[in-house]
Amino acid sequence: MASPQPDWAAIDQDPRFQALHKKKSSFLWGLMVFSIVYYFLLPFGAAYFQDLFKVKVWGPLNVGLLFALSEFVVAWVIAAVYARRANREFDAMAAEITRDAHNIKGSK
Amino acid sequence: MTGRYKSYLAGAAALLAPGFAQAGEGAVADEWKWMTFAVFGGIIALTMYITWWAAKRVHSTSEFYAAGRSVSGFQNGWAIAGDYLSAASFLGIAGLIALYGYDGFMYSVGFLVAYITVLLVIAEPCRNIGKYTLGDILAFRNNPKAAKTIAAISTITVSIFYLTAQMVGGGVLIKTLIGIDYEVSVMGVGVLMLAYVVFGGMVATTWVQIVKAILLVIASLVMVALVWAPYGFSLPGFLDHAVHDEGIQKQVAKLLGTAAANMTPEELGQRFLEPGLFLKNPIDQISLGMALVLGTAGLPHILMRFFTVPNAQEARKSVVWAMVIIGGFYVLTLFLGLGAALHVGPADIVALDKGGNMAAPILAQYLGGGADSMMGNFFLAFVAAVAFATIVAVVAGLVLASASAMAHDIYVGVIRGDHATPDEQVKAARVASVIVGIVAIVIGIAAKGQNVAHLVGMAFAVAASGNLPAVLLTLYWKRCNTGGVVLGMLVGSFSAIALVMVSPNLTYPQAVIKEAKAVLEGTPAKDAVPAKASEGFVCELFAVCQNAEAAKPAVEAKPGAVEKLAKLNEKIATLRDPAELDKAKADAGKLEKDIKKAQDDLKKFEGQTTNLVGIEKPFFRLKNPGIISIPLGFLMVIVGSLLFRDKRAEDMWDELYVRQNTGIHAEGVVAH
Repeated sequence: MASPQPDWAAIDQDPRFQALHKKKSSFLWGLMVFSIVYYFLLPFGAAYFQDLFKVKVWGPLNVGLLFALSEFVVAWVIAAVYARRANREFDAMAAEITRDAHNIKGSK
Repeated sequence: MTGRYKSYLAGAAALLAPGFAQAGEGAVADEWKWMTFAVFGGIIALTMYITWWAAKRVHSTSEFYAAGRSVSGFQNGWAIAGDYLSAASFLGIAGLIALYGYDGFMYSVGFLVAYITVLLVIAEPCRNIGKYTLGDILAFRNNPKAAKTIAAISTITVSIFYLTAQMVGGGVLIKTLIGIDYEVSVMGVGVLMLAYVVFGGMVATTWVQIVKAILLVIASLVMVALVWAPYGFSLPGFLDHAVHDEGIQKQVAKLLGTAAANMTPEELGQRFLEPGLFLKNPIDQISLGMALVLGTAGLPHILMRFFTVPNAQEARKSVVWAMVIIGGFYVLTLFLGLGAALHVGPADIVALDKGGNMAAPILAQYLGGGADSMMGNFFLAFVAAVAFATIVAVVAGLVLASASAMAHDIYVGVIRGDHATPDEQVKAARVASVIVGIVAIVIGIAAKGQNVAHLVGMAFAVAASGNLPAVLLTLYWKRCNTGGVVLGMLVGSFSAIALVMVSPNLTYPQAVIKEAKAVLEGTPAKDAVPAKASEGFVCELFAVCQNAEAAKPAVEAKPGAVEKLAKLNEKIATLRDPAELDKAKADAGKLEKDIKKAQDDLKKFEGQTTNLVGIEKPFFRLKNPGIISIPLGFLMVIVGSLLFRDKRAEDMWDELYVRQNTGIHAEGVVAH
């Protein structure tokens, strides 16, 4: 690749990149924190809220089993939500910056 | 070129043949062994064809390490599933659920949730800035030689832990299933995996993993359909049968001991679907959860898979597909495990293998029609072959990861200073694969009969405590630098390993001797012991002060196996009824087996008071070190980064951050 190096600092300062960075950061870390909290509810619940986990909901199916199964559904939903947002929004924003990368120059 | 490969492959196949001929004992009856070998042979032939086909397509470094970056997201999703679903998860978790119910299923959840971290913060940035290895990611802004050296050491350490567990577990499994000698099956796995990696590189490894994942999913779906269909695919209906099953109720009563005295049979059965039969220490459970959820994102052989796709979008797609496949599979483990408990029964599963690893294969045999039927043995053969393919595919991925660390990071990156011709690089990669493969075989044979259960946990703990903090902070923290990465990876990894080495995972001679004596001579009556209060949180982690202990009820004296056997033999002499006689003889056989095992243990550990690290009893009370080593790993990356100054890491930040988010200048597809 013989293409010259883009001005990375200038791209970093570009409002379009800053917009991408802000949107992505808050969305990603928000999802990340939510998924970690939701996951650790399972071992915490299994250890400290056994009475709740033992409550039978549907025949022998209890809250604990339903909660464990819900972890799968939540993981899939998080994956779907992220993929949808990334495909529709982040990819287009990144592509625009990439197309324009060699025209973005610092004021220095 | 092709002809040479062909003859090599034929040689590899020939090496395996004598192993299959000397079959002796095993779960498969002798009259059906031919079928097992036919299924095994079919699967091996298929993977050999893939390798031959791939060998013609692997010429450059990028093709060897990254399959030319031309694997699609969907294909890579299957390959990740094939790389990740090891024998431990397929056989181990089904077994844990079959023996302990709910708690086994909690493992399944952790293994899937781990991929959220991979999807959200690891896969795409790593694809955008990396080339082939963990070392490439860390070397982007940190001092390249230092980063590559430490990354390579960590990659090889994690992979060898994981690999040893797979080799030993695989050898034992094949022996239990079809009676092939342990050494022969370890060599068989080693030779096959070497053939895939050396000749076919990442192309063959990828397709072997895809084939294996498809076989595993098909086998599981068929078994679950057969298990669940009699209950009209009703979840409560299926669970209801489990709750009312006598074998399961007995297992719960055995696990609970005296606490089960006042419970009705139905309560006992229901208890199987509630937490706490296996994972008894809440802090340990959380510690395990941390290592599972954060460790996957730091496993080098998983990271490496993201370099095989053309771009970050495909990397994202591959994680989403992997989550669908892996998650779907882990939901099925609930049915496989409970199905095995219901149809085979926990007592019979334990009789074949203490850890429950045989639950899924024996369930397959039952579903096909039982031990004497052709279909039953065909199912068993199929599941056994899938388990074998699983071990080979996972080991191939691990060997490729270690070989890339050795050849690409250390040899080309550090020793040659990135000045090696493409031919030299591919040659180095192949030589490194052979070295790692031979090391794997030697370790596998040397570790025969060792307790390796802690090694997979250790691999996850090191990946979570050493690799993940370094990668995550390199990618997202501006101030991170070489000092932090080196300090964090060293302290994180070493603390994880050191804590496991002094944990209850290892074998302690005094405990084994005490238990063996209890089996032989029986135990005296004990008075009730009141509960003890904990002296603080530290005491729950380290054996330096009193931890919380539950009250123990009084126990009656129990006779030893020797005494019981003598009495039973007296009784046998007087028995006339053939049914009673058979039962008594079977019981006597079991007692003789227990006595033999206890005597062997006594002989093995005679006179020893300390274990291999020189301590008498565990110093660390948890089985999983993550709760200490993971925060420590993060902390040390931060401390190291703040203490040292590294101009390059600061200067490269803008470039790294822009590139990981946009994919500008990312390594592209190789043009043919």
